[in-house]
Amino acid sequence: MACLSWKRGRGPSSCRAQFLGEHMARVKEKLYEWIFAALAFSSLVFLIGIVWVLCKESLPIFSRVPLGSFLFGKFWYPTYCPPEFGILPLILSSVWVTLGAMVVCVPLGVGSALYLNEVANFRQRQILKPMIEILASIPSVVYGFFGVVLVTPFLQKVFSLPTGMTALNASFILGLMATPTVCSLAEDALSYVPRSFREASFAVGADRWQTLIKVVIPAAGSGISTAIILGMSRAIGETMTVLMVAGGAAVIPKTLLEPVRPMTAAIAAEMGEAPMGGDHYHALFAIAFILFIITFVFNIVAEIISRRFRIKLGISR
Amino acid sequence: MKRDIIQKIGFFSLFLSILITFSFLGMIVYFIFSRGLPVISWDFLTQPPRNAMTEGGVAPVIIGTVYLTLGSMIFAVPLGLACAVYLCEYSPKSFVVNVIRISINNLAGVPSVVFGLFGLAVFVKFFGFGVSLLSGSLTLGILALPLIISASQEALIAVPYSIREASLSLGATQWQTIRRIVLPTAFPGILTGVILSIGRVAGETAPILFTAAAFYKRGYPKSIFSEVMALPYHIYALMTEGAHPDKQRAIAYGCSLILLFLVLSISGVAIFLRQQQRSYHG
Amino acid sequence: MKRTERFIMPLLAGVVILSLTSTACLAEKVVIAGSTTVLPIAQKTAEVFMDDNPSVDISVRGGGSSVGIAALIDGTCDIADASRAIKETEIQKAAANGKDPVAHIVAMDGIAVVVNKANPISKLSRKQVRDIFTGKVSDWSQLGGKPGKIVVVSRDTSSGTFEAFGELVMNKEKVLPGALMQASNQAVAQSVALTPSAIGYVGLGFMSGDIKALEIEGVSPSRETVISGEYAVTRPLFMYSNGKPEGAIKDYLEFVKSREGQRLVEEQGYVGLR
Repeated sequence: MACLSWKRGRGPSSCRAQFLGEHMARVKEKLYEWIFAALAFSSLVFLIGIVWVLCKESLPIFSRVPLGSFLFGKFWYPTYCPPEFGILPLILSSVWVTLGAMVVCVPLGVGSALYLNEVANFRQRQILKPMIEILASIPSVVYGFFGVVLVTPFLQKVFSLPTGMTALNASFILGLMATPTVCSLAEDALSYVPRSFREASFAVGADRWQTLIKVVIPAAGSGISTAIILGMSRAIGETMTVLMVAGGAAVIPKTLLEPVRPMTAAIAAEMGEAPMGGDHYHALFAIAFILFIITFVFNIVAEIISRRFRIKLGISR
Repeated sequence: MKRDIIQKIGFFSLFLSILITFSFLGMIVYFIFSRGLPVISWDFLTQPPRNAMTEGGVAPVIIGTVYLTLGSMIFAVPLGLACAVYLCEYSPKSFVVNVIRISINNLAGVPSVVFGLFGLAVFVKFFGFGVSLLSGSLTLGILALPLIISASQEALIAVPYSIREASLSLGATQWQTIRRIVLPTAFPGILTGVILSIGRVAGETAPILFTAAAFYKRGYPKSIFSEVMALPYHIYALMTEGAHPDKQRAIAYGCSLILLFLVLSISGVAIFLRQQQRSYHG
Repeated sequence: MKRTERFIMPLLAGVVILSLTSTACLAEKVVIAGSTTVLPIAQKTAEVFMDDNPSVDISVRGGGSSVGIAALIDGTCDIADASRAIKETEIQKAAANGKDPVAHIVAMDGIAVVVNKANPISKLSRKQVRDIFTGKVSDWSQLGGKPGKIVVVSRDTSSGTFEAFGELVMNKEKVLPGALMQASNQAVAQSVALTPSAIGYVGLGFMSGDIKALEIEGVSPSRETVISGEYAVTRPLFMYSNGKPEGAIKDYLEFVKSREGQRLVEEQGYVGLR
C-alpha cells in the first residue's frame, strides 16, 4: 500500500525510504511501549525492594532472639547488657493508641461524611467537602506540635498526672488527624450509592432518616468500612505525632492515662542510638517489618472489600 | 410524631459530629496562626538561625524544604507519569498489570517511617549517598510516586476515547496520539495531582529523619550531597533537642505557621483547580 | 506536550545548576553528627566559629552517639559527637575500614538527681537512689520524708543519659517497669516540676528553677564538684575525629577547646574543662 506512491511520479528509491521509515516508526512505537512498561514496573520494584530490605536487615535478630520471645517478650531493654528484645509493650501501645484513635475518628469522620452527603445542601457541600480535603493535608508534625504545646498541659492539669504525654493524648490527636481522611473516603463511598436506591425507599414511604439507616448505610457499608480500615492503617503507621505526644514508656499500658511507646515511635526515636549492624539495629528493622505486614494486610483487606463494594453497586472503575 | 423526632435527633447528631470536626481542626489552624504570627517578620523569613537557634530566622530551613520537594518531584513526576501512561494507554488487561495496580495501592499505604528506613538502608548506606539532599529527595519521591500515579491515571481516564480514536484514525501512531493529544488534554489534571503531592511531601518528617535532615546549617545546600534543614524536621528538633526549650518554642510556632500556610495553600490551590476541572468535565 | 515540556525544562535546568554549583563552591565543608546531648554544644560553637571563619561550612546533625560514630566509620561525617566512649566493636570496625577515631573531650556533664521543689528531702546516698529506681523503696516516708508514693521518672531505655545513669548509679540493675519513661531531658524536668512526689534525673544543662537537685553522697552537683570529680554521677562528652584532625576540622576542634569555646559550652549549661 505504501508503494503506490511511485505511480504519482516519485522514484522507486523514495518508496524504499518510506518503507524503511515506516518500519523505523513501528520499531520506535514498540520501543516507547517497552520503555513505558519498564517504568511502570518501578512501583512493583520499590515495593519488592522495601520488603527485601526489611527482610534482610531484620532476619539477623531472629538468630539471636526466637520469634516467639521477640513478639511476646514483655521487656524492651535494647541497651542493657544483656539486652532484652520483647516488643509486646510496643505492639500493645500501638494497638491501644490506634483503637483510641478509632473511637475519635470513626464517629466524627463517618458522621461528618453522612452529614455532607445526606443533610447538607449543594452549596454547603460545595464548600465543606474541599475544606475537609484541604484540612486532611495538615502535616503530622503540626498535629504533634499542637499536642505538645496545648493538649499535654491541659490533660496534665485536668487529670493531675505526672505527665500529660499519654496514650489518651496520642489517641485523641491521631483520631483527629485521621478524621478528614476517613470523612473524605466515606463521603466518596456514599456518593457512589445510586439515586434509585433512595428514590425506591422514599417511594415506599420511608423518611430520610430511615432511608439513611436502612438503605444508604448498608449499601455503602463496605465502602465506609474501607474508609475506616484505611484510616486505621494511617493511624497505626503514623510516626511524628506519637513520637512527640505519646510519652515514650516501653511498658505494657494498663490505662489510657499512661505514657506509651508505639512501634513507629520506637523506630524513629531509637534508630539514632542503635549501632549500625548491631542487634538493636536489626530489632528495629524487625519492628518495621511487622508494622509493614500489619499495614499491608489492612490495605489488602480494604482492597478486597472495596472491590466487592464496586461490583455490588456496579461501578466499573 | 415519633419518627419525626428520631429523624431530628439523628440529623442533629450528624450535624454535631461535623461541627466538632471542624471546630477542632479549626482550633489547630487558629492556634498555630495566632501564636505564630507575632514571630513572623521579614528577618525571620530571610535570616539564618542565630544564637543557639533561639534567635534569627529560618531562611535555610525554608529553602531546604523547597529543594527537597523539588528534588522528589523531579524523580517522581516522570516516573509516575510514565507508569500512569502505561497503565491507561498501553496496558493489556493481564495478570502483570493487576500486580502493578496492587503494588501501587500498597505502596500508598506503607507507613512513612518505613520509607525512611528503606531510604536509610538503600540510598544512604547501599548507594553511599550519605545523609543528603539526594537521599532525602529520592525517599520522598518514592513516597509521592503512588499519589502521582493515581492522580495521573484519573486525569488520563477523563480524556474521552473519541479524541484518541479521532487521532488514530487520522494515521497518527499511538505514541504520537499520547504525546500530542492525550497528555496535553490531561495536563491540567496531572498538574493538580502533582501540586497535591507537593503539599503532602513538603510536610513529611519521618522519611527525612534518617536520610536528609540537618539540625543546624548556615547557608543553602551547595550540592546534592549536602545535608539540608527542613521545616517539619526543624519543628520536631526545636521541640525535643537543644538546651533552651522556652526560646526554641517561639521559633517552633513560627515554623509551624510557615509550614501550615505553605501546605494548606498548596493543597487549597490543587483542590480548587480539581473542583473547577470536575465541574468543567461535568 | 509542549506545555508539559515548558514545565519540566526549568526543573531539569535547576538540577543542572544545582550540581554545577557543587563543584564551583570552594568552602571547606565539615559535617558533624551524633549525640543529642552534645548537639547544643556543637551547634553553638559551629555558629560562632562560622562567624569568624566564613569560608568554612559546618553542618550539624543529631541522631545519637551510635549514628555519629557509625557515620565517622563510613566516612559520611568528619566529627562524631558522643556522650559515651567508643566501644571496642566500633574500634575494630573502624580499623577494618581504615579509620582511626581520635577522642577529644569537649565538656563534662553531670547528671543531677532531681525532686520537686516542695520535697523536704535534700540528700540521698547512691544506694538510696538505686533502691528508689529499682522499686525497693516506694514511699518517701521510708527515707524520712513526707509520706507519699514515689513517682519515678526516667529517661527512655534507648537514650544515652539512661545508659550513663544505669552505669553510674544503678550498677546495671533495671529501672522498675512502672517508671515514667520520658523521651527528653526537658520532659523529665517538666514532669518532676509538676508532680510533688516525683524523682527523676536530668543533665546539668537542663536544671531549672522549678526542680531541686539532690546531694548525692553528700556532694551537690555543680560546676566545681563535677570538674573535681567529687560528684559521682559525671560523664565526659566527646567529639571524635578521624585520625589527627587537619585543616578546618582541626581549627574547629581547637576552637571548641579554647577559652572562648568553653565559655560557649558553659553558656549551654554544661561544665567547661577550664
